[in-house]
Amino acid sequence: MRLLTHNMLSSNIKGVTNGFPLRIEVEKVVEKEVDLNPDFLRSMFSKIDWKALVHAARSIGYSELPDEADPSMLDSDDFLSRFHHALLQLHLEEGVLICPETGRRFPVNKGIPNMLLHEDEV
Amino acid sequence: MRFKTAQIRLVSSHPEVYEPCDDSFALVDALLADRSKLIEHKPKLCMEVGCGSGYVITSLALLLGQESNGVQYFATDTNPYALKVTSETLEAHGVHAELISTDIASGLEKRLAGLVDVMVVNPPYVPTPEYEVGREGIASAWAGGEDGRSVIDRILPIADNLLSDKGWLYLVTLAANRPLQICLQMRQKGYASRIVLQRSTDEESLHIIKFWRESDTQ
Ligand SMILES: C[S@@+](CC[C@H](N)C(=O)[O-])C[C@H]1O[C@@H](n2cnc3c(N)ncnc32)[C@H](O)[C@@H]1O
Repeated sequence: MRLLTHNMLSSNIKGVTNGFPLRIEVEKVVEKEVDLNPDFLRSMFSKIDWKALVHAARSIGYSELPDEADPSMLDSDDFLSRFHHALLQLHLEEGVLICPETGRRFPVNKGIPNMLLHEDEV
Repeated sequence: MRFKTAQIRLVSSHPEVYEPCDDSFALVDALLADRSKLIEHKPKLCMEVGCGSGYVITSLALLLGQESNGVQYFATDTNPYALKVTSETLEAHGVHAELISTDIASGLEKRLAGLVDVMVVNPPYVPTPEYEVGREGIASAWAGGEDGRSVIDRILPIADNLLSDKGWLYLVTLAANRPLQICLQMRQKGYASRIVLQRSTDEESLHIIKFWRESDTQ
């Protein structure tokens, strides 16, 4: 699971109002190199919750993202390559996503988060 | 000229996972028929609901390219074996999609709203008794409840929420699902539609319908 996906996932339990971002408990992270596409990063930037990305990256051991970011930084190759690395190259392979409101744990196995709910949570 | 889609011999399998069938092939053929439009469309985020073996999402990824083209893929299924098989199928073809074990798009609906440029769905569409819908195991791959519409009718409003302004939805339906009525229902939400491909087999008559927002001229 890439941090792009983490940035798009919220706790889906019935009644939860503040289900984003999910906290991350790490067992295993892998890095996989992929091509950098500046246009993709520039257009995704406004869709990404930056704070959640910074925290998520930090919690899986990558602290090279600036705390604050604004669109003017998208002109910098250095910034783009850090953003790219955090968003697309780091994968949470094994671990747990935790609902910030209820503490419900969603396991991630082989890179696949399990967001399936029990009947009483829907 | 033949274009690259997923190769059957590289598609992984599991006894509990739906194998690529006439409906899967019809959906991929519809995507191939729309190939140049899809490329021009320049989607950034693509998604499949109910990926099964991964045959369709892998084909889409081969059609549109990966990171260097600036495209990302998400795929969901309620069957955990399906996601395992999909990840093997993707890997065998050297492509990647983000996989999420979830009901339709549960967990993604808030943050992914309005961001999906292409959505493909081959839903469980076979008319069955309602109690067969969504049970564990392979039956949930086809069991569609009354008129085969139970899951389809839950997917449509979610698709409406997830699709971007220029978003396209490709949906597999059966004649028994009353596709025209689906189109009318989507029309009320502001969608135009077109049957991209129609195919009758011995057992079923399949329609692959494409939906897009009327405000977006194609
Ligand atoms: C007809 S099969 C299609 C599989 C594959 N996309 C293909 O075309 O070969 C339908 C798939 O949808 C999945 N499914 C059924 N209900 C679902 C739901 N509520 N949310 C997500 N996936 C679902 C099934 O597990 C199955 O893999």
